[in-house]
Amino acid sequence: MEPKSILKVSQLNKSFPGVKALSQVQLELREGEIMALLGGNGAGKSTLIKCITGVYTSDGGSISLSGQSIRGLSAEEIILKGISTVHQEVNLIPTLSVAENIYLGRQPYRFGLIDWAKMNTNAEELLSSMKVFIDVTATLNDYSIAVQQMIAIARGVDMSAKVLILDEPTASLDNKEVEQLFTLMRELKSRGIGIVFVTHFLDQVYDVCDQITVLRNGQFVASSSVDELPQIELINLMLGKQISNKNSSGKSRHTTDSNSKPFLSASNIGRKGMINPCDVNIYSGQTLGLGGLLGSGRTELAKLLFGIVKPEQGTIQIEGEVKAFGSPHDAIQEGLAFCPEDRKVEGIIGELSVLENMVLALQAKQGWFRMIGPKEQKEIGKKFVRSLNIVTSDINKPVKELSGGNQQKVILARWLASGPSLLILDEPTRGIDVGAKSEILQIIDGLCKQGMALMVISSELDEIVEFSDRVSVLKDHNMIAELTGKDISTQKLMETIAHEGRD
Amino acid sequence: MKTRYLPLIATIIVFVSLYLWGALQFDNFFSMRVFTNLFTDNAFLVITAIGMTFVILSGGIDLSVGSMIACVGVSVAVLIEHYQFHPILAFTIVLISAWMFGTFMGILIERYKLPPFIVTLAGMFFLRGLSFVISIESIPITHPFYDEIADFSIPVIGGGNLTASTVIMLIVLIIAVFLAHYTRFGRNVYAVGGNESSARLLGVPVSRTIINTYAFNSFLAALSGIVFSFYTFSGYSLAAMGLELDAIASVVIGGTLLTGGVGFVVGTVFGVLIQGVIQTIISFDGTLNSWWTKIFIGLLLFVFIAMQRLISSGHILVYFKNMKGRVIGDTKADTTRY
Ligand SMILES: Nc1ncnc2c1ncn2[C@@H]1O[C@H](COP(=O)(O)OP(=O)(O)OP(=O)(O)O)[C@@H](O)[C@H]1O
Ligand SMILES: [Mg+2]
Repeated sequence: MEPKSILKVSQLNKSFPGVKALSQVQLELREGEIMALLGGNGAGKSTLIKCITGVYTSDGGSISLSGQSIRGLSAEEIILKGISTVHQEVNLIPTLSVAENIYLGRQPYRFGLIDWAKMNTNAEELLSSMKVFIDVTATLNDYSIAVQQMIAIARGVDMSAKVLILDEPTASLDNKEVEQLFTLMRELKSRGIGIVFVTHFLDQVYDVCDQITVLRNGQFVASSSVDELPQIELINLMLGKQISNKNSSGKSRHTTDSNSKPFLSASNIGRKGMINPCDVNIYSGQTLGLGGLLGSGRTELAKLLFGIVKPEQGTIQIEGEVKAFGSPHDAIQEGLAFCPEDRKVEGIIGELSVLENMVLALQAKQGWFRMIGPKEQKEIGKKFVRSLNIVTSDINKPVKELSGGNQQKVILARWLASGPSLLILDEPTRGIDVGAKSEILQIIDGLCKQGMALMVISSELDEIVEFSDRVSVLKDHNMIAELTGKDISTQKLMETIAHEGRD
Repeated sequence: MKTRYLPLIATIIVFVSLYLWGALQFDNFFSMRVFTNLFTDNAFLVITAIGMTFVILSGGIDLSVGSMIACVGVSVAVLIEHYQFHPILAFTIVLISAWMFGTFMGILIERYKLPPFIVTLAGMFFLRGLSFVISIESIPITHPFYDEIADFSIPVIGGGNLTASTVIMLIVLIIAVFLAHYTRFGRNVYAVGGNESSARLLGVPVSRTIINTYAFNSFLAALSGIVFSFYTFSGYSLAAMGLELDAIASVVIGGTLLTGGVGFVVGTVFGVLIQGVIQTIISFDGTLNSWWTKIFIGLLLFVFIAMQRLISSGHILVYFKNMKGRVIGDTKADTTRY
């Protein structure tokens, strides 16, 4: 017998001023099924989810849960009906404790008062069942985005009664954590809970999902079982065009003559609790890949180099001259640029337009007295909107109205446009769809050819292999290996991370 | 130690040091009588500042409380003296009306997305105007009930005593602490102040929380007005001018973040008491002008706001944070925020 359908969406429409975000979208989720909801950046996935969960009211169509219409109910009411959601951007309360965030609105009571002790032990148990071991009474803000993401997932999982919706929950997680999440999802599935899962990692879809629903430009494209839809076909459905086979096969690595000097050379640089002393050399016209697990100290190293945090020891030389960066401003003056991983918090200015956000870094570098002309600005804007395929109806609209992935692209464009001598990119492809990913890799390659020095941090090994000319591998705050030439392969990287330094 | 306790601890330290300094300077300062008088004199300010704490925690502000106190005083006096209402009945009427008035302001703020500053500024003018319409003159209250209240006192060892105002204040304090820290309503207030849009997505009843917060605050302001009338035995339309600013200052000195989401009700009480101690010191001294209180409060406000900025931007705690966030086995999480 076919399992019962629990969530059914049909003919759903939703417009924002000037944008038709969803038109005639349908989706059907059955009990104990994991449904992948896929589509490029700006396809309308998050909008669909927000319509289902009562955050937006849809303009027409129907949404029903176990045969009962739930369209038009408020977000609170939908939660009570048994749909729990982990939204794309971590949506927790930064000022409350971890435990409170998990139990907000459903705190355990005892004698008419909140039972804090019970809440804290419950939260601790729940998180440790997900292998997250943290102080649940600490403020949420004290933890990194990845940990916050796990906390949001813990809340969603714990609350899910009938349906669990996960909007790109894996964007900032590393492999182990993703595995952990999948185990949880399979367990919920066996309890008959339906799951909607949004991701840009297609491998994950084939790992854990049963069904696929594809959206493109706000329209329903296809729905199929995973077995019947091979990856190539899926990509074509998502993008609406063939993409050329990955050009990873024959990447020519940029090499340097043995006597050329690095653009940036840091020796013995380190700081307690962040990264143990290590050497870094970054050459013009080359990409240095930084590999390693989440929390291995990659971001910390970048922060030391860029002057966000002062190193306790070691020196930095730029083109042979010793420099000390007191602040990022000094680093920018020397031609450095840093595109942070947590772009939502550290980069985007929601009220400013797409264009203004893009030219910000270039303008700051030139100084505010030499304004970039409107024509030049527009050209920059057009160029990146095209090359990164940024979905926006208007280049002058506030950036906060763009989809999550497109906001990421705007920030990326900002740093690419600023034309630095050394560009540090932290997880540049996070939250970005498959089509734009290969574009970004090509842009990185192009920048190298123009003589820029790049340092790119990425958790995805095949990506590192694809764009790097040299790879430094970090583990537990130590630099454990440097790979060059033929040694740069997924296999070798994996081995290095797994074996090195394990006593 | 947790970051969020720092401002509270700083406040308590300031209070204790001021008190000890006073005790060293003046004989008789370190006595139960002086200490309990501190409560009696400031009970009404504590009550309204507690309400203000909730509003500020929710990310809002309320400028109407000073006018509310005056308006309540005048209304109570008129109801008792001109219409011969029993005080208890008069109190009930004004408390219910104040609750409704607060609800109305809350609805304007929540439903129509009007800035709380403007809405409550309007409320402030409206209530002050209303007090004048009711009576321009100060109306003395002569009802015997007021004498009974004035006679009420629980003696405390060491020559102090708890007056009716103090008892009411302590009851309000206890209820408020439980409300803020041990009920969903209280936690929702913190959540809304911490991040309103996230709170909405998490299923917090944001509108209801905000509206009830303003209603609760107006209610406490009215209660504060009643307690104030125990103190003055009259209702006067010019009373409590600018008191809303004292309340706000107490909340901020008490360690509550003006942006909302972080703070403690108990902190606010110390915020008021600090002002009270300074006043007491000045009256003991006898040579200083009482405006020195304001100058000192101004300085304290500066210091506390600067301290909060430092704490919330994380500079102070960088060193504590490095070790936090273990996920899965032994991998350390990126400490991305500095
Ligand atoms: N609040 C808003 N105001 C105006 N337009 C919006 C708003 N939210 C989304 N949009 C538009 O709706 C479209 C769909 O956005 P949505 O966030 O649903 O995309 P998505 O599929 O989730 O993409 P991503 O993979 O990047 O997260 C986009 O074109 C976006 O610009
Ligand atoms: Mg999205």
